[in-house]
Amino acid sequence: MLGCSVRVDRREGLELGLLMPANKSIDRERRNFLEGIAALILGAVATVTPLAAGLRVFLQPLRRRAGANGVGFVKVTFLNALPADGAPRRFLVVADRTDAWNKFTSVPVGAVYLRRTGETRVQAFNAICPHAGCYVDYSAERNAFGCPCHNSTFALDGRVADPRSPSPRGLDELVVEIRAGTEVWVQFQDFRTGTAARVPV
Amino acid sequence: MKGLIEWLDRRTGVGTAWRWFFYQSIPGGARWRYAWSTVLLFTFLVQAVTGFFLLGHYSASSQTAWESVFFLQYQVPGGWLLRGLHVITAQVFTVLLALHLMQQVIGRAYLAPREVNFWLLLALLPLVIGLSVTGWLLPHDQKGFWAARVPLNLLGILPLVGPDIQRLLIGGSDLGHYTLTRFVALHTVLLPALTGSLLGLYIYLTRRHGLSGLVQPAGQVNPARLATPESGSSAAYWPDQALRDAIACLAVVVTVLFVVLRPRLLGHGQPVPELLGPANPAEPYSAARPEWFMLWLFQFLKLFPGGTELWGAVILPLLVVLVIALMPWIGRWRLGPGFNTGFMLALVAGVIVLTALAVSQDRTDPEYQAARRAARIEAARANVLAQAPTGIPPSGALSLLQGDPLTQGPRLFARNCASCHRYDGNDGAGRIPKEPPAASDLKGYGGREWLTGLLDPQRIASLHYFGGTKLRDGKMVRFVTKDVAGFSPAERAQLEQVIVALSAEAQLKSQREADRRDARMILEGKELIENQTVRCTECHLFHRKGDEPIGPDLTGYASREWLMAFVADPAHERFYGKKNDRMPLFGKDEVLDARSIGLVVDWLRGEWYQESHK
Repeated sequence: MLGCSVRVDRREGLELGLLMPANKSIDRERRNFLEGIAALILGAVATVTPLAAGLRVFLQPLRRRAGANGVGFVKVTFLNALPADGAPRRFLVVADRTDAWNKFTSVPVGAVYLRRTGETRVQAFNAICPHAGCYVDYSAERNAFGCPCHNSTFALDGRVADPRSPSPRGLDELVVEIRAGTEVWVQFQDFRTGTAARVPV
Repeated sequence: MKGLIEWLDRRTGVGTAWRWFFYQSIPGGARWRYAWSTVLLFTFLVQAVTGFFLLGHYSASSQTAWESVFFLQYQVPGGWLLRGLHVITAQVFTVLLALHLMQQVIGRAYLAPREVNFWLLLALLPLVIGLSVTGWLLPHDQKGFWAARVPLNLLGILPLVGPDIQRLLIGGSDLGHYTLTRFVALHTVLLPALTGSLLGLYIYLTRRHGLSGLVQPAGQVNPARLATPESGSSAAYWPDQALRDAIACLAVVVTVLFVVLRPRLLGHGQPVPELLGPANPAEPYSAARPEWFMLWLFQFLKLFPGGTELWGAVILPLLVVLVIALMPWIGRWRLGPGFNTGFMLALVAGVIVLTALAVSQDRTDPEYQAARRAARIEAARANVLAQAPTGIPPSGALSLLQGDPLTQGPRLFARNCASCHRYDGNDGAGRIPKEPPAASDLKGYGGREWLTGLLDPQRIASLHYFGGTKLRDGKMVRFVTKDVAGFSPAERAQLEQVIVALSAEAQLKSQREADRRDARMILEGKELIENQTVRCTECHLFHRKGDEPIGPDLTGYASREWLMAFVADPAHERFYGKKNDRMPLFGKDEVLDARSIGLVVDWLRGEWYQESHK
């Protein structure tokens, strides 16, 4: 192709007598430009293909819908295990869990604080501090929840107790159901930490 | 922007290096064949990129390697494509490297001052083969597991250091967690780092010496080269050669994509790359072969009888490498270049012949074909079980197959039952034994059809039922061949009801619908059995206690419990008692454990997980 175009140039050059060298250099410049563009585009296509295949897999977690890690209602304990005076107690939440390729049956998926608010009424909080995800402790002396990481404190009803607490919201309350009269079931769910709004993860 | 680049260049020289790379003059102008080194680098980078993303989805342990690869291949959208790109590009890389080496020999590119370029290329080959071998094992499927064992075992025959190297690679004496973790470390860190460094050095040196073989040892221009018509002028790398390089790289990507996508576009054939069932150290996969580009070595090793493997696996390959490494000097003789080219062509011819032999031998080997088929069936089954709602337990996918009646039943049957019994005329695993059966064919055992045949005067004494056993001369056969043969049409109708009722005792999954539909008929049939109309209870017990029955108790006949007890102890008085023929007391004599008996029984009864078709 190159030889062909040069030959045409040469003939034109002969006819016009003068223009050949100028024409050739303009032609060459244009061809270089087009070749450069083509090299860039084709090279980019070749490079991007494997990169895109990898990124598609890598970015998969972003396509997961919110709340997908919820395990639904889980039987946590019996009413009798909760002190009548309303003092909170911590319980392990044991449920079935899917972790990528594995399906686990009856494994710990988190913890909750349960406290009695009436004869058959129970309040439940996710034990995770909404600030940065540490597990909060209940202190009987202070009668409040305290986070060991950044000292957020929460009242028994879950609200932020001390305005100096870094936590952007109170403890995350979970839905409780009393089934068969004595069984305490909790709709277990984790929430995004660090935000004022409660967003299921 | 320009200022920033200049600032950077003054401190790092990056701009100068850039100009050196892109505006270097190529003597004789751009050529397609100069694209090789760029394509090699590009292919390596594709492997690095796809490899990084694969590593992000891989878990190296005996219980998670296959499982994580399976998950990527079948559950993560696009995972199959990523894996396909990596596996096929690896093969392309090896082939390109070997071809490039060929090209360098034929083009005499090894001559001074390019000896080191040539050696670098030669050193890359074993590294790339090492990458392949470590890569095979990682999916931890039957193919990878058994194919990786061969190079590992060959290492063991190296004198002095062999066993130790083998032990180091395996991470012990058996393939396990440490083999996988060590292979991952080699495959993703050490070998790529070495390959990348050598390749970078190679490309730097080719650029340093100029791309072609234009410069002679004495530093004079090679007149033979200049005389070629296209080499009148020299041109900068950018953009002429760059365009050629880009097109060549794109061609590699398109080729790889074509290979990976072809089975999907055609809608049939095995997915590329295939993933067989999880590695099972107790079930050898006899059809395990190295990747196709290494088949020649596999075939070559067959030529060496026991005790001489060292020659085939180590000494001869090393000699070949040595000859190639010496080519820069051999090539200085008058006939040297001809010898070098001839040597390489002979090697290629040898590789082609050996590969063709390996392929054709496997193609005509019925055992190889049977092993392939069995492995594919097992892979499909592992796939179904792993995608079942119960999922893969922490003990791994192999445990799913081990507890699966459809997988284990035929194997146990072939090993323990098929010396007398048959299953649909074969040994359960698809092979037809030479000896005639000595006991009944158990396909559909307890089903209506099977019982109809048993109570057929023409068939009961055939080899399909009692023909091969001592029972051929027993009361049951006499009853069927004499009495049943003389049944009136009314009695025959009653017998049909009895068959339906007796078959319902088995509670077979395949008859669940029919049993529900014929509930009334079953009830009447039961009554017919109980009040002796068809005379079963003259010899058999049926839903009542009694002493010293003549034949097996028909209560719950062919149900799971009944069959488990029967296989465990057929000579129990509930079954054949003293009249038991040659059937071993599998449970009582501890030939099989209860789990194995359960697997055979469940398989015979058709009780296994089936995917629900939407």
